[in-house]
Amino acid sequence: MFDQDTICAVSTAAGVGSIAIIRVSGKDAIGIAGRLFDSKGNVKLAHVSSHTIHFGWICDPESGERIDEVLVSVMRRPRTYTREDVIEINCHGGIVPLKRTLKILQREGARLAAPGEFTKRAFLNGRIDMTQAEAVMDVISARTEKSHKAAKEQLEGGLSKATAEIREQVIGLLAGVEATVDFPEEDIETPSGVRIEKEIGEIQKRMSQLISRAAYGRLLREGIAVAIVGRPNVGKSSLMNALLMRERAIVTDIPGTTRDVIEEGLNIDGMPVRIIDTAGIRDTHDMVEREGVKRSLLALESADVVLTVFDGSEPLHDADRFVIEAVGCRKAVIAVINKDDCKRKLESLPALQKHVIVSCKDGRGLEILKREIVAAVTQEAFVRSDHAWVINERHREALEQAAESMERARRSVQDRLSPELIAVDLRDALDQVGTIIGTTYTEDILERIFRDFCIGK
Amino acid sequence: MNEKMRYDVVVIGAGHAGCEAALAASRMGCSTLLLTMNLDTIAQMSCNPAIGGLAKGQLVREIDALGGEMAKCIDRTGIQFRTLNSSKGPAVRGTRAQADKQRYRIAMKDTLEKQTHLDVKQGLVERLLVEDGKIQGVETNIGVQYKSGAVIVTTGTFLKGLIHIGLAHYPSGRAGEFPSVGLSDCLRDLGFELGRLKTGTPARLNGRTIDISRMKIQEGDDPAPFFSFTENTHPLIQLPCYLTYTNPLTHDIIRNSLDKSPLYAGVIKGIGPRYCPSIEDKVMRFSERERHQVFLEPEGLDTEEYYANGVSTSLPYEVQVQLYRSIPGLEEVEIMRPAYAIEYDFAPPTQIRHSLETKKIAGLYFAGQINGTSGYEEAAAQGLMAGINAALKTQNRDPLVLQRSESYIGVLIDDLVTRGTNEPYRMFTSRAEYRLLLREDNADLRLREQGRKIGLVDDAAYALYHEKKREIERELDRIKRTRVKSSEQVNNMLRNRGSMELEDDASLEQLLKRPELTYRDIAAISPLEKPVLPEAAEQVEIQVKYEGYIQRQLRQVERFAGLEQRSIPDDLDYDAVVGLGTEVRQKLKQVRPISLGQASRISGVTPAAISLLMVALEKRRRTGGSQPKTNA
Repeated sequence: MFDQDTICAVSTAAGVGSIAIIRVSGKDAIGIAGRLFDSKGNVKLAHVSSHTIHFGWICDPESGERIDEVLVSVMRRPRTYTREDVIEINCHGGIVPLKRTLKILQREGARLAAPGEFTKRAFLNGRIDMTQAEAVMDVISARTEKSHKAAKEQLEGGLSKATAEIREQVIGLLAGVEATVDFPEEDIETPSGVRIEKEIGEIQKRMSQLISRAAYGRLLREGIAVAIVGRPNVGKSSLMNALLMRERAIVTDIPGTTRDVIEEGLNIDGMPVRIIDTAGIRDTHDMVEREGVKRSLLALESADVVLTVFDGSEPLHDADRFVIEAVGCRKAVIAVINKDDCKRKLESLPALQKHVIVSCKDGRGLEILKREIVAAVTQEAFVRSDHAWVINERHREALEQAAESMERARRSVQDRLSPELIAVDLRDALDQVGTIIGTTYTEDILERIFRDFCIGK
Repeated sequence: MNEKMRYDVVVIGAGHAGCEAALAASRMGCSTLLLTMNLDTIAQMSCNPAIGGLAKGQLVREIDALGGEMAKCIDRTGIQFRTLNSSKGPAVRGTRAQADKQRYRIAMKDTLEKQTHLDVKQGLVERLLVEDGKIQGVETNIGVQYKSGAVIVTTGTFLKGLIHIGLAHYPSGRAGEFPSVGLSDCLRDLGFELGRLKTGTPARLNGRTIDISRMKIQEGDDPAPFFSFTENTHPLIQLPCYLTYTNPLTHDIIRNSLDKSPLYAGVIKGIGPRYCPSIEDKVMRFSERERHQVFLEPEGLDTEEYYANGVSTSLPYEVQVQLYRSIPGLEEVEIMRPAYAIEYDFAPPTQIRHSLETKKIAGLYFAGQINGTSGYEEAAAQGLMAGINAALKTQNRDPLVLQRSESYIGVLIDDLVTRGTNEPYRMFTSRAEYRLLLREDNADLRLREQGRKIGLVDDAAYALYHEKKREIERELDRIKRTRVKSSEQVNNMLRNRGSMELEDDASLEQLLKRPELTYRDIAAISPLEKPVLPEAAEQVEIQVKYEGYIQRQLRQVERFAGLEQRSIPDDLDYDAVVGLGTEVRQKLKQVRPISLGQASRISGVTPAAISLLMVALEKRRRTGGSQPKTNA
């Protein structure tokens, strides 16, 4: 498992620079990347020559959705850094598409690289000279130490306790399941399907709470993604400029001026925020504008907060209703009623959670809006100061996989599968949690069985 | 003719480990000597009169697949056979038999006596003869020396055995038998570290004084399952067991007598098994429980003795009488043999290799309770492997090391040599990470070839295995290819089984995947001229129904195979591996794992540590391989 599979990682520092490189290495690197890569000329990565660069898009092979515009370098072994097949993906779309690409690579069979793993492989495959062996070991232990240190800081902050509690709960559940398997003749009260299901539900809830903390951590590092959407010419670009307090977007009276997505960063109360201005959403026949609308919808998908802008000086259009529908109710949504400097003609807004009235012209209401943006993502209880710790991507990844295993276990319980099959998924969950706070050995499970159940025929 | 004083293999002790060891070595063609303190206690069941159970049943089937004796012997002398967990999946079903203790012992002795190349003799070994780190032979208490390059020690609970009944205690190897003191001292003198373990056994009760009308009767299964892949009759009359319970009165008696318990008075120092606690432990640790189960198991056909499973104790005799008599149905009971606890020496098993050869002395093997295990099946499995490996060594062949992914025997030995043990080690299915692959039903498919290769599987057994295998393959292929068209007849059958009707057509395999359909159902839809063997049909059903899970575990096995195959040389200098933590380094030096896979199972060894080892191994390989010879 340590040296035969395919690994991937972002090889440029996170959140710095607009171009990031994802590196994939291993025997399936080209195959896996090939499944994500879609080029104009129908280029198949499996057939291209080594050490060539190709333009195209990263697409989600499940949905066919385009994630990012990229340059992909194909380097076949042995003339590569690791002496394995290596793919480098130059991503342009910023942090969100980058993370999605990384996730899809994992779904397609690559594994997140361990600290120093590319270097380790380079050495093991003979790419790095003997004299540097010590240096390689240093890299591995230093990087591991660094990641441990980071983990430890978070662990002391509370992750350790929360994860340990989850682990104990899973071990307790597994102990019950294992006891029914290994001690069928004992007079012990082993958990019923209903109880197992209930407990799995509780564990899943705790896991998703932790995962949402990861999301908050991501917000701190990468900024809150705030998408400004609305029908054409309600003043989306004006709102962006007003929030940034400079002329970033081109503002005209012509509907459909903004045809692409524009992204800019700012800081609200110490919280990094990325404002994303989008093209107006409407049904249009203009080819270029249509592409813009498509991108707006994409930006909407990946935003943390959506500002739906309405023109307060006009009654609600059908196009506004189209936007409301497109936004749906899945996000933190704030309705922004613009042009408060003009006479109000907009009366009621259907089913939107929150609204703020602003004027981009004189700045009225903008401070309130800023506060609402931050509040929208920090409402959750976990952000209260006593719980203000976050978890990193690797931990999130582990927790998400653990949560998936728990879900499989839950389905097995519902399908009334035999307990040893349920145990398979519970063990997988423990293995994942173990990557955060250390391996769970069979001995730990046995310990729990003998503690909880009176075994002794 | 002079008495034979030199053997290829000498086995000390004729318990379950010793018998398998001696049979394996002699059957592989080695001249073998089996030495026991008492010829009348060969293959004695010191504790419960049963063989098999969860995970243990798997061990017995594996022993049989490799060509061992235990399965055959119990099939011939069992007086009740059951499949435990029959309502659960095939991977966690376990066969268990009640044994006629005396007939089991005599049948095993008979097999040993008739075995060519094998001499069975009474003798108490006091000393191991060692020269230059190599075993040379053994010496008995009356000064007789037998020379041999391979010696297997299977001493059970006899090494400095100390029996406790109440606060009274006396040296003994087993109730009514001498301990072995000299050999224990000899092992210590040779530099082995020895620890102390404890185990216990309940009283044996006179069946004439038991009122079974107040108990629940437990019969065996009909038809009775088999352990051995080649046996087909159970010749003995079958007997039931009986179930009764302790009650609050029993528990009061125990609580009031704790000051006389050697366990609670701190007299016993050895560590007992958590899964087999004494009744005083159960009462104290689970004080809220109002009753505990008591199984009364017959000790044989020719005796009135019953084994009181569930009430092992080290309380004084007079308390034992009181407490047993407080149990419904046992009001008038007569104790024939009192319960007792026994402490004994063991050699922490991180001192042996996967071949069960000691690291310290070449040619010396340990098997069974001396390695800290408990249970007849665990002992027999180790005995078999020690016998095989001792024979292979004398024949200059590579040792046989079974993988965790192919057998419980592999799990057992790897656990012992990698992690050692603090309590008597017993096998559980939860110890096997590839549990779904290691089933009783496929033990032959997993291990027959290996047994054949080392020379323990005879032609008839091998032919039987081949036929089964061929039938499985043929039938799997047939049900994949055979498609069933939707018809009134087929749909009627499906309806009756609560299964969805066919609209179009489907393969037999697809139908078999449906949880509500069995192999019998699909065989009825499309019958064969000559039905397949029942064992083959069972395999087809299991392999199709559990394919998803089986594939998943096979993928896990494959993922770890790289690590398992990457061997670590015995003389790797762990101090030279940069970056390892002190504690990890210490453990690695103690265990000296044979592969990265084994190293990864040592507690505390992290993935990062494994990476460091990989780099160190690569460095070593390159310097070893490329260094120019300087002494030319």
